[in-house]
Amino acid sequence: MGQEGRANRYLPRGPQLDTLLPAETLRDDLPLPDNSELDVVRHFTRLSQKTFGIDTAFYPLGSCTMKYNPRINDAMANVPALRDAHPFAPDAAAQGPLAVMWELERALASLFGMAAFSLNPAAGAHAELAALLIAKAYFKKIGQPQRNVVIVPDTAHGTNPASAAMVGFKVVSLKSDAQGRVDPDEMRKVAGPDTAVCMMTNPNTLGLFESRIHEVADVVHEAGGLMYYDGANANALMGNTRPGDMGFDLMHLNLHKTFTIPHGGGGAGAGPVGVAAHLIPFLPTPVVRAFDAEGTAVDASGWRDSGEFTFALDFDRPDSIGPMRSFWSNFAHMVRALAYTYANGGEGLTNVSKLAVLNANYIRVNITDVVDIPYPEINRHEFVASAQSLKRETGVRALDIGKALLDRGYHAPTVYFPLIVPECLMIEPTETESKETLDAFIAAFREIVATARANPEAVLATPINTAVGRIDETRAARQPDLRWHP
Amino acid sequence: MAETLPAGLLYSKEHEWVKVDGDLATVGITDYAQSSLGDIVYVELPRKGAELEQFKSIGVVESVKAVSDLFTPVGGEVTEINDAIEGDPAVVNRDPYGAGWLYKVKLGDHSQTGELLNADQYQQVVSES
Repeated sequence: MGQEGRANRYLPRGPQLDTLLPAETLRDDLPLPDNSELDVVRHFTRLSQKTFGIDTAFYPLGSCTMKYNPRINDAMANVPALRDAHPFAPDAAAQGPLAVMWELERALASLFGMAAFSLNPAAGAHAELAALLIAKAYFKKIGQPQRNVVIVPDTAHGTNPASAAMVGFKVVSLKSDAQGRVDPDEMRKVAGPDTAVCMMTNPNTLGLFESRIHEVADVVHEAGGLMYYDGANANALMGNTRPGDMGFDLMHLNLHKTFTIPHGGGGAGAGPVGVAAHLIPFLPTPVVRAFDAEGTAVDASGWRDSGEFTFALDFDRPDSIGPMRSFWSNFAHMVRALAYTYANGGEGLTNVSKLAVLNANYIRVNITDVVDIPYPEINRHEFVASAQSLKRETGVRALDIGKALLDRGYHAPTVYFPLIVPECLMIEPTETESKETLDAFIAAFREIVATARANPEAVLATPINTAVGRIDETRAARQPDLRWHP
Repeated sequence: MAETLPAGLLYSKEHEWVKVDGDLATVGITDYAQSSLGDIVYVELPRKGAELEQFKSIGVVESVKAVSDLFTPVGGEVTEINDAIEGDPAVVNRDPYGAGWLYKVKLGDHSQTGELLNADQYQQVVSES
């Protein structure tokens, strides 16, 4: 693309530039394409038109909540006093940003029933890593370093065992019962003196609420282990129930899921990690602390208006696992999350969760006669459907339904996860979708299944309306062709 | 499901087959397993010389859909692994009972085969899943 000499040069080369920048930083050998500004604008506009995102259509992905990002959040993140704040600014000059962090931390703690949060980790899996490092440091501190096992139910997210392995824990998988839930009696068989942490998602990835969570937590606690809450499904909880009240000692949130924030394409996330009181000393550094007019540290319990306090970053924490991320971590996301929290308020956030759950159940009930619903009960988050019968009858698999949905203008749901459901489709609408959107999706889904029964070839040939047709995933995996240079 | 299971094999509930010949057992995954997994792109096998414990997870099978644990239907020492799979994992899809075998084990305890299923029992497991 481009042609030599076509680039726009707004900065004239010559003595002026050389006085602005040190000579050793100037070079001519960067292999940048020579494009006019108009070429570049068209290139990126075209790319944005090909891109599918929550701003263009419905995105019923399971397990990764993909919700509308209110523009007020971005506007707040762009307030110059916050946007341009320098992370090396002394605390006295950064009271605004520090107040944002402190208020968000307090809001999260009260919303999810934790004693404190660290806003340091940069995403969900990063926060899982932080939480497990905290657990490890804790057991070392209390003289139980032999606790080296992490228990992970088979309905967990794939990041859980991966995070545990990264910290050096041994992973023990726990089978769900016939109702898709963790059975405390099964937990009793695996929990013991080597148990460090049990990692759970509730509602789990089948969308089912772990109705015996208190018993499960008791078993793990009696064995001396810690309960970890994977916050990937927290969009279904806010204001309705709290992991802290369920007996969890550690948790994470994906601010970029539950508290909006654009995160397509693996963009920057934010993964606060929350802890019960006995784990506060191990939180990553730094921690924002508030002081009253007399300079006395403010007790961090409950939500408090920050107006009367001054703030400081506390790096002096001898039991801390250390920083997980440089500077203030992904600060702009904290601003967005706090803006979202204030815009909704407590009642609003409670309604967000209620509507998200209602929408999931609405879709489930309206496709229940055309595909298998392996756990036909009221879901508390996402839900799973199975194309197992359809595959037997027609050869059309979950993957093919996903491809056919792309053709009809929808993002595909998560397929083949969780592993315990064959030909699984995991569907999670969010609270921001209208009944009309859900009805149109249901109609498209039903039409795909009807087409599969009448003319399976038509579904197997999809997608034909997308910018890129059906990709040969097998060849891509068996003969990967990865390159850095064009 | 009208699958014809080869004669003389034993099966596990986790969809592995095993063929016992004296002290030596050859292990693979069943046709049902390969077709459920879909196109297999990578198989992680135990190392030669490794000591396996019956029914424990000893490797993974990665398909386009998912990564699944590979369990061993019998315990014992690994004497040989099928090198062909690394270069051509599709052989497990094409010929699961033949060229797509996975590894061979020197049986430590013959009585372990008593824990496995015969073809009829395995057929029952498949038809219920």
